Amino acid sequence: MTLTLAILVPLLPFLGALAGLASGRRAPGLVRPLAVLPTLASAVLAVLVLARIGTKGHLDSATRLTPTGGLPISLSVHLDGIAVLLAVLVTVVATCVQLYSTAYLREDPRYPSYAALVSLFTAAMLLVVYSGDLIVLLVGWEVMGVCSYFLVGHHWERPDARSASIKAFLVTKLGDVPFLFGIFVLATDAGTFQIDGILGAAATGRLHHATLAALLLLGGVAGKSAQFPLHTWLPDAMAGPTPVSALIHAATMVAAGVYLVARLEPVFLLSTAALVVLGIMAVITMIGSGLCALAQDDLKRVLAYSTVGQLGYMAGALAVGDRDAALFHLLTHGAFKALLFLSAGVVIHAAHTNSLTAMSRMDGLRRRVPDAYATMGIGLAALAGLPPFSGFFSKDAVLTAAEHAANGDALTGGLGPAGNVPCWLGWTVLIGGLLTALLTAAYATRLWLLAFFPVRRAAAEGVAGSGEAVAATVAPTAAAVAALASDEPAGPVEPAAMVAPLWLLAVPSVALGLVGLWPHALPAWLDGVSLTPSGVTWPIATGVALLGAGLAWLAWRRAAARVLAEAEADAAAAADPAPLLLGPLLGPSRTGFGVDTCYDRAFVRPVLGAARLVSFLDREVVETYVKGAAGTPGLIGRVVRRAQNGNTQGYLSALAAGVVVLAVVVAVAQ
Amino acid sequence: MNLAAVVPLDSTHGFLSPSGVEIVFVLVGLGVLGAALLTVTTKQLVHAALWLVVALGGLAIEYLLLTAEFIAWVQVLIYVGAVVVLVLFGLMLTRAPIGVSPDADSGNRWLALGVALAAAATLVTLVVDAFRCTWIDLGTVAGSTKANGVTLFRYWVLPFEALSVLLLAALVGAIVLSRREKKEP
Amino acid sequence: MHLVFPAVLAALLFCVGLYGVLARRNAVLMLMSVELMLNAVNLNLVAFDVWLRDALHSGQALTLFTITVAAAEIGLGLAIVLLIFRNRGTADIDRVGRLTDGDEKADGDEKADSAETVGDDEMEGVG
Repeated sequence: MTLTLAILVPLLPFLGALAGLASGRRAPGLVRPLAVLPTLASAVLAVLVLARIGTKGHLDSATRLTPTGGLPISLSVHLDGIAVLLAVLVTVVATCVQLYSTAYLREDPRYPSYAALVSLFTAAMLLVVYSGDLIVLLVGWEVMGVCSYFLVGHHWERPDARSASIKAFLVTKLGDVPFLFGIFVLATDAGTFQIDGILGAAATGRLHHATLAALLLLGGVAGKSAQFPLHTWLPDAMAGPTPVSALIHAATMVAAGVYLVARLEPVFLLSTAALVVLGIMAVITMIGSGLCALAQDDLKRVLAYSTVGQLGYMAGALAVGDRDAALFHLLTHGAFKALLFLSAGVVIHAAHTNSLTAMSRMDGLRRRVPDAYATMGIGLAALAGLPPFSGFFSKDAVLTAAEHAANGDALTGGLGPAGNVPCWLGWTVLIGGLLTALLTAAYATRLWLLAFFPVRRAAAEGVAGSGEAVAATVAPTAAAVAALASDEPAGPVEPAAMVAPLWLLAVPSVALGLVGLWPHALPAWLDGVSLTPSGVTWPIATGVALLGAGLAWLAWRRAAARVLAEAEADAAAAADPAPLLLGPLLGPSRTGFGVDTCYDRAFVRPVLGAARLVSFLDREVVETYVKGAAGTPGLIGRVVRRAQNGNTQGYLSALAAGVVVLAVVVAVAQ
Repeated sequence: MNLAAVVPLDSTHGFLSPSGVEIVFVLVGLGVLGAALLTVTTKQLVHAALWLVVALGGLAIEYLLLTAEFIAWVQVLIYVGAVVVLVLFGLMLTRAPIGVSPDADSGNRWLALGVALAAAATLVTLVVDAFRCTWIDLGTVAGSTKANGVTLFRYWVLPFEALSVLLLAALVGAIVLSRREKKEP
Repeated sequence: MHLVFPAVLAALLFCVGLYGVLARRNAVLMLMSVELMLNAVNLNLVAFDVWLRDALHSGQALTLFTITVAAAEIGLGLAIVLLIFRNRGTADIDRVGRLTDGDEKADGDEKADSAETVGDDEMEGVG
């Protein structure tokens, strides 16, 4: 029974996608139900499966596909706490996204194919989550890559969307090559593609090439989860529609990488080298993305970089051996990041621009989209890790794990030897995490202030209200309350289909963290590691976050004051605190520290050059032969044609000459 | 095989001892050749026909010298009497210019000359090589009218009749070809 | 008599005829050259018949046939030449170029075609 339900979970969105693709043109009325209902049903089923599996339950079922020789590949389901929890997250977020999209893309002529692709995307992610076989998992993994390509390139009329989709596809595929080989190495060592079998082999020490396999797998993980060397596709993927960003960032694509490492955590714990690489990667990603997010002007790019940073947290938690913390953060992040993107979509919809600078000059945005204003505030607070929002607890779980690792007793939950996690790696992740907390709070505050508090008005408040820090701190909150209270929409009312998912997601964004506190709730589904904030880290982390927020606010105040002080402020009026905060780092941060330029120099240009060379060779060399092959008979024909001059006597002369020649030949031969 | 039988028989002939018949044959042959050359080279079309008469008449003499009397008279009758007249009529009907026509030869003249010379060289070489030591015995008349008539109507009667059908066909064909389509009134 | 004399004469006569066939522009003259070639063959036939003393006189009989065929041929050939002349207004072999591959002679053909009606009318006058 549970198995049937579990199989239905990925199958329903898949069938929905097929039906949507088949009937999209013929029955436009069916498209919306076909998009929302299967996903919703599979969300309900996922919850049912979660309940039936229970806290310590397991369900493994495998059907052997046709015998292929070599290692067997089987269609298998592996349900444990991690899988069912993540499936619930995926389906809930996907349902919200589908519901939201019905309104967001109401006018889009390509909505049917879009909705079908989102369903397919969801189905692929669910396949990854539920699969008990690495090859089947890979199928879902790759289907996700293709879907992301199509969805990011949804507005293919725009060149940036086209290049972003190609970039997303190529970069993730680049990671998938080592990933595939990593799977092969694992399967060769363990003698099976079954995840259970591989984990069993890891536990009994039969994996002889754990380091190699883990490092190869990290390539694919870095590609899918946008970690440092391969993170560049994610900010560019903002060219897709906002709900797609929500789906990719919160629940599906980027979560897959983290989920995979979590599933194979025992393998990674066998290899210090892999953990170190993962940890360093995570720290670089975290801090770099935090700086980049602080400097971006595009609202969605800020959120994209924040995703990269939060994924860095998860990778860091995995690097210090605590997959519970990573999954906890994955769940809370899924909730609040989906919320952030969806509310950002509402804001962009209302403001008709992505640019924070432009929004900062816009009066009354707050009042026009009160729901988005409030939910975005919740989401940003969760992102910044302010208590009691969910992000605070999960981030603190990560930091606690790092602290434990730094003290030499990594919280591996019995999955592997804690001694393989070096102390210094714990310290690195801990310090990197704290630094990132500072940056996260700063850019969350900056985003909030720039988007919803126009310079003139805030400055006026500042002048009127004596300009003291305390009073000013209260001001945004007061404004928020006022905006919530005055429920009269000044601008266009957002449709309920767009607002409802916001509030639906706001609930877990606020409360999901509390679930981790209760040992019988969330930890029971995971490995049972305590997710309660430790007494050491949470005051520090909260303090750092508050410090970041405060610094951002102060910088904003100063920038606003300077803008007001200048007479012709209107022309370039952007009270952006980023220049003050970042100083000389602003330029490199804005361009993503030149990673793209670097890749452009190192890979794109040589490849383009090689392509030009090949096309030159093809056009000038190969084609010459082809043209020659065609031209030579033509030339010969033209020459021979001259003989066909219609002169009978000429023909006769040739005939007689031939006869003479033949006679001579015969005579001489005899 | 006949060659082997004939050569010892004629071994009395000296290689360079022309008889009177041979001298006459060669002289008439030169005349025939000259007339033929003029036929194919002269620029006056009617003259070409007349030179053809000379060449064909000369050939009749050659037949006589070869003791083929009947053929010689047939030659004179049919060729000189009928064919050349036909040719002259053809020239008139196609309104061939009287007098010198400068473009009597086409542009392939030099190609034609080359082919003709090559053919001549080949043929003469072959013929001379093959019949260097062969003589014709002209002692008895080989082509009297009687002898020809006997063989023609005794042994060749079927081809002869077939030939008459051929002539009829040619006659009908010529009439059909040269007949003018009747115009509608 | 030396057999070489008639044989060489026949060969040379044949080649002269060949030259005439290949080089003459007027169709009637071409036919005359054909006659020369046929006569060369006749001479060969007679000479070899006399040399071989054939009991059936096949050489001379064939000569008679050839003469007959030649007469038929000249009749038909002249009829064809007349027809060409009537259609094209000329008996020049050079200008009868319908076998040409390409369009170099197309203009000439058209001119010839336009001349055809004129030729017809005049021929009628003659006839």
